[in-house]
Amino acid sequence: MTNLVIENLHVSINKQEILKGVNLVVEQGEVHALMGPNGTGKSTLAYALMGHPSYDVTEGKVLFNGKNIIDLEPDERSRLGIFLAFQYPVAIPGVSVANFLRTAINARRKADNNEEKGIPIPQFRRLLKEKMDLLQMDHAFAGRYLNEGFSGGEKKRAEILQMATLQPEIAILDETDSGLDIDALRIVSDGVNVLRNENLGVLVITHYQRILNYIKPEFVHIMLDGRIVESGGPELAIHLEEHGYDYLRKKTGSAAA
Amino acid sequence: MSSDARILEGIGEYKYGFQDPSEYVFKTRKGLDREIVEQISAMKGEPEWMLEFRLRALSHFNQRPMPIWGGDLSGLDMDEIFFYTKPMDKEEKSWDDVPDTIKNTFEKLGIPEAEQKFLAGVGAQYESEMVYHSIQEHLEEKGVIFKSIENGLRDHPDLFREFFSKVIPIEDNKFAALNSAVWSGGSFVYIPPGVKVDLPMQAYFRMNEADAGQFERTLIIADEGSQAHYVEGCTAPMYTTDSIHSGVIEIIVKKNARFRYTTIQNWSTNMYNLVTQRSIVHEGATMEWVDANLGSKLTMKYPSCYLVGENAHGEILSLAFAAEGQHQDTGGKIFHVAPNTTSKITSKSISKDSGRASYRGLLKVHKNAINSKSNVVCDALLLDPKSRSDTYPYIEIDEEDVTIGHEASVSKVGEEQLFYLMSRGLSEEQATGMVVSGFIEPLVRELPMEYAIEMNRLIQLQMEGSIG
Repeated sequence: MTNLVIENLHVSINKQEILKGVNLVVEQGEVHALMGPNGTGKSTLAYALMGHPSYDVTEGKVLFNGKNIIDLEPDERSRLGIFLAFQYPVAIPGVSVANFLRTAINARRKADNNEEKGIPIPQFRRLLKEKMDLLQMDHAFAGRYLNEGFSGGEKKRAEILQMATLQPEIAILDETDSGLDIDALRIVSDGVNVLRNENLGVLVITHYQRILNYIKPEFVHIMLDGRIVESGGPELAIHLEEHGYDYLRKKTGSAAA
Repeated sequence: MSSDARILEGIGEYKYGFQDPSEYVFKTRKGLDREIVEQISAMKGEPEWMLEFRLRALSHFNQRPMPIWGGDLSGLDMDEIFFYTKPMDKEEKSWDDVPDTIKNTFEKLGIPEAEQKFLAGVGAQYESEMVYHSIQEHLEEKGVIFKSIENGLRDHPDLFREFFSKVIPIEDNKFAALNSAVWSGGSFVYIPPGVKVDLPMQAYFRMNEADAGQFERTLIIADEGSQAHYVEGCTAPMYTTDSIHSGVIEIIVKKNARFRYTTIQNWSTNMYNLVTQRSIVHEGATMEWVDANLGSKLTMKYPSCYLVGENAHGEILSLAFAAEGQHQDTGGKIFHVAPNTTSKITSKSISKDSGRASYRGLLKVHKNAINSKSNVVCDALLLDPKSRSDTYPYIEIDEEDVTIGHEASVSKVGEEQLFYLMSRGLSEEQATGMVVSGFIEPLVRELPMEYAIEMNRLIQLQMEGSIG
């Protein structure tokens, strides 16, 4: 049974504490939403879970299938089965989407088995076409340089394509809806929904409730000032939409943002 | 070979560092003087004019001081070099007749029987002499000449003399003078009017003797409306005393012809690689230099285009990779002499582990070369704080009605790029390698496929073992 257990996680950046004791459990097959006002630490959590070098874990644990991954490099975490869909994916000039994906697949295969020669090209091509069809993407997309000159929607779809190809066990979607219009949002959400299955645990990080109309979560958590202050079912998101974050601030006695 | 074995081979060692036991018929003594030049000319059975040419060159070489710009040549000791060796009695056309030690060398370099689909012909240099050379039938039928430079002189004396040293005179620079005195080996290529050679012509050469100088001379004439691509790639084993490679490549691209000359240089890191490459580009013609410099201790090389006819086009695509102990001083020169000419220089350099990559380029527009258009882009990638990159662009414009652009950038592998790639399962090394691959992609995609693959592998090998 795959799960991600975040226990009392404290994270600082430049000695400034952003996460002040986060507790959260995501099991396989579940979709969790994490909401909160800007600056509250949502993306910090995403980056810390993936192991970004600038984020210091000062206390607490992150257990992936029982193993504490705090000291692991980002690539080790990736190979264990964690995936992060970035809010602002960076461009890698000169590297095509196809080339990149094949290298990522081969990195995993070689890590498992040193003698591994890598995925045969015809097999890779079939895999990529299959995933692109699943996500209703034009095959020509694979030849473009990764994130270079991509529109916001294309970048987000490229993230989901990577997720589809790498088949993680836990996926963290960091504000996947930001910068997207309604159509793009629907396409990206469809992509995520198509990948949903009992083996995948998803953490959807978002500021707005809107994406949760498309990617319906089982659990909703609200973060305020670096902590999760409220958890509930999908109705919590709707309640938040209606009342804004102030009601929570009053409830928890937090300062206004 | 598993990638791990390759990694272990590559770390700290020059992976092509093997030698054959020497099998020589004739070798001059060390150092350079008149007698040695006479010996060389006699061994080759050259006409009088060529001996005179060589002696004039020697005289100029002796007078000319060492250049004080560019790289550091202080480690070069001319008195310790063998300037000529000759491994076989006669040049053979058939692969079967080539001696085994020489065949083994080609095997190790991964060159199989040359008459295959991807090659139109192979000229291979072994210790300053063309050992094996063969031309496919259809080329001969078309009238294409692809021979050793010595045979070019012997078989086509008038054509040879018409163009030899007309592009690069003896006095051009000290090392052109040196080459002119002791040149040996290289290719003579002639493409008749209107002939298009679809497959790249390739030449390999390597050196196998400590202190042996490498002085190949190549002369290429692409006649009107012709089209061809010449590729040279070379390796040399590693020694403790320094070696020199001082080549001269002259190319004439006649009216409406198209020619591309590609070099992938991966000399061992004790080698001084000082090459003069120049082309004269006539009306409506196109000349492209694709120049990849990965090896050598010091390379000074500036492929050039003289755009002497209207609507001529010159392009230089240059890649330099400098690791520890290496200095690549490379770039190109373009001369707009006629009106309506265009040019483009794209230079990509990568430095790591205190390696130094310098772009040195000249863009000159003569008076009356109206409506000339040129664009120069030089991008440098520094892989760590110890590495170094310099840019020395020289721009001389003597005409007002022109459009000139110059862009330069320096970058490092971004932390966010690394994190992004690592978050997909690539190790830090692999991630760096990927960013570097992407950086050189505009050049690599211009290489013939097997070279592109080799190039990417070489770059990845350089990356592996470079972190930490």
